[in-house]
Amino acid sequence: MAQITLDKLAHSYLANPKTDSDFALKEIDYVWDDGGAYALLGPSGCGKTTLLNIISGLLVPSKGKILFDDRDVTTFQPEQRNIAQVFQFPVIYDTMTVRQNLEFPLKNRHVAPHEISKRVEEMIEVLDLGDKANFKARGLTADEKQKISLGRGLVRYDVNAILFDEPLTVIDPHMKWQLRTKLKELHRQFNHTMIYVTHDQTEALTFADKVVVMYDGEVVQIGTPEELFDEPKHTFVGYFIGSPGMNIIPADVAGNQATIGSHSVDLKGNYPDLTGKVELGIRPEFVSLNNISSGIPAKVTGVDDIGRFKIVHATIDSIEVNIVLNEGECIPSDPKITFETSRINIYKDDHLVYPLVNGRGL
Amino acid sequence: MLELRNLSKKVGTSIHINDVSMKLEKGSLNVLLGSTLSGKTSLMRLMAGLDKPTSGEILMDGESVLKTPVQKRNIAMVYQQFINYPGFTVYENIASPMRVAGIDKKTIDIKVREAADLMKLTPYLDRGVLNLSGGQQQRTALARALVKGAELVLLDEPLANLDYKLREELRIELPRIFAETGAIFIYATTEPQEALLLGGRTATLHEGCVTQFGTTIDVYNKPSNLETAQTFSDPPMNVIPMQKQGSKFVFSQGQVDCPKDLQSLADGPYSIGIRPHHLMLSPSNEASHKIEAPVSTTEIAGSETFIHVLQGDLKLVVLTHGVHRVEIGDQISIYMNPSKFFIFDEHDVLVSAPRTEGVA
Repeated sequence: MAQITLDKLAHSYLANPKTDSDFALKEIDYVWDDGGAYALLGPSGCGKTTLLNIISGLLVPSKGKILFDDRDVTTFQPEQRNIAQVFQFPVIYDTMTVRQNLEFPLKNRHVAPHEISKRVEEMIEVLDLGDKANFKARGLTADEKQKISLGRGLVRYDVNAILFDEPLTVIDPHMKWQLRTKLKELHRQFNHTMIYVTHDQTEALTFADKVVVMYDGEVVQIGTPEELFDEPKHTFVGYFIGSPGMNIIPADVAGNQATIGSHSVDLKGNYPDLTGKVELGIRPEFVSLNNISSGIPAKVTGVDDIGRFKIVHATIDSIEVNIVLNEGECIPSDPKITFETSRINIYKDDHLVYPLVNGRGL
Repeated sequence: MLELRNLSKKVGTSIHINDVSMKLEKGSLNVLLGSTLSGKTSLMRLMAGLDKPTSGEILMDGESVLKTPVQKRNIAMVYQQFINYPGFTVYENIASPMRVAGIDKKTIDIKVREAADLMKLTPYLDRGVLNLSGGQQQRTALARALVKGAELVLLDEPLANLDYKLREELRIELPRIFAETGAIFIYATTEPQEALLLGGRTATLHEGCVTQFGTTIDVYNKPSNLETAQTFSDPPMNVIPMQKQGSKFVFSQGQVDCPKDLQSLADGPYSIGIRPHHLMLSPSNEASHKIEAPVSTTEIAGSETFIHVLQGDLKLVVLTHGVHRVEIGDQISIYMNPSKFFIFDEHDVLVSAPRTEGVA
């Protein structure tokens, strides 16, 4: 296993990139820990596949270097990098049995026979394929085939990293649940450095210690699931993580007060003077709807009842705000909105701004 | 109105659809909810006339349509895997059914632009469909279904291949868009949450049978049987076999007080269903029963965390708000509240559901 260093890495598919927008992957400078589980999360076209291809060696970046431990592998071919990859669709040999499929990558690397059988048996057990071990792969279901694909990546102990490119796309929703759990278990057991590409928040947040959120070619935040939920560094993270996403509300900020429409809201601290696009971010879970007179008068425009909670769509001076109400909570006849002060984040030009500490910025 | 009467479909010895009867009103949105292979697609293919039923009748406004060939029926269908005309632009893809129907150019133009606007496709109208993302291609297929003016629109997991943010947005917009057309909409999905977001009416399917059909939120709140309850819960509802003995429910890991209004219930075996969000990590009142169990796995779904625990033969899933890291193997306390029990009898028929409050 290896530590992976992305050293001022950037990539453009154009021969002579000039502006920032010419880059499919904007500059990224980061060290990924040996044995860490990382997820690259973002919508299609955000640059996550470009970054994965640079790590796997399918693409040489236009700028910067990539290091496995201290070794510069920027120009290495994929086969020289000693990494395992699992793709969207199963890559296995249909005519081989499950066992033979798992043995194959080890035989190719001349691993000693007793070592091969030990690892393969272990993998068959972990993947719950014991009763199918001697079946030809051809007759198996898509789920089982993809499990073999995962196993073929995971049997190799000596790899620098294992890369997963949306590996659960073809899996039935009920199976996804199990396989995600399995992958997490395997990570705990073997401590491989794992990089998992997905556009699904549940997969990313469940699998990874650190989630790398990408948007428009840029890494907008690298953080733990808690950090992404509590303190999104970019409005896109607030929107993309969480269902429904964070409310991003245009506001004016002065000191410890924000103004939304004609109403003012208390903030958790004093903010510096902000110019440009200033917005207040708050998750719908931390907005409440009641009839206390100190709240902001709101107009309810719609309600989606999804059983365990309701999503209430409301407006404050025609500015839209979503509110999550727990099961059993009622919508008052004269609704007022209150925000949980400690849960309010302030954004300037889409980036998080911290309140001043003793009159100074962080 | 579309009426299905005792509809069955057998292929060889296997029963794909088993005695389904339903009435679907004009302008209604009807969700078919069930896991893979529960019969959703088979039922839609029968409705569309793509397959013939083994027995039963399909009536449109009281007239049998079984003998009407599929081309003569006024139907639109959208599949999970989008289908477009690859050589055409987005505009021409949306316009094609109207061109075939011989509608005048001006009307076509108005309708195409309207549908493109609803589906957020206006900037791409002149592009070839193959140059679009999967989400844009699926929206093109949806727009085409929309302009066709069909009286029956069948959508088979139309959002399954889209990324979840787009799915969230379209789920909210689709019912509104469709309600305006006055057609009968049928929407198949495997996801309970999708059914709830769409609203309308829901039919739960299990092994080719419709286990319940009613207003979506009612089916969710009062599933008439255990199969419906399990179909309409993701992750599946926790089900614990319990024995009612006087004022107690007894199970493998202890006993809980039977709520007062249920004490008249006959003693004997029951299946107790508890939704994951009704299991708490802190006691909600004095009636709460505590279970200690080690965590077997956790899942984080954006704004919520699922915690799975395993204690003896008892496997439970707990859903909590927010994002929490709980380590596998940690011992946690879980509280169950009998007032939140779904109680099913020996025949899996609902005898009591938690009271629902705060109905808007």
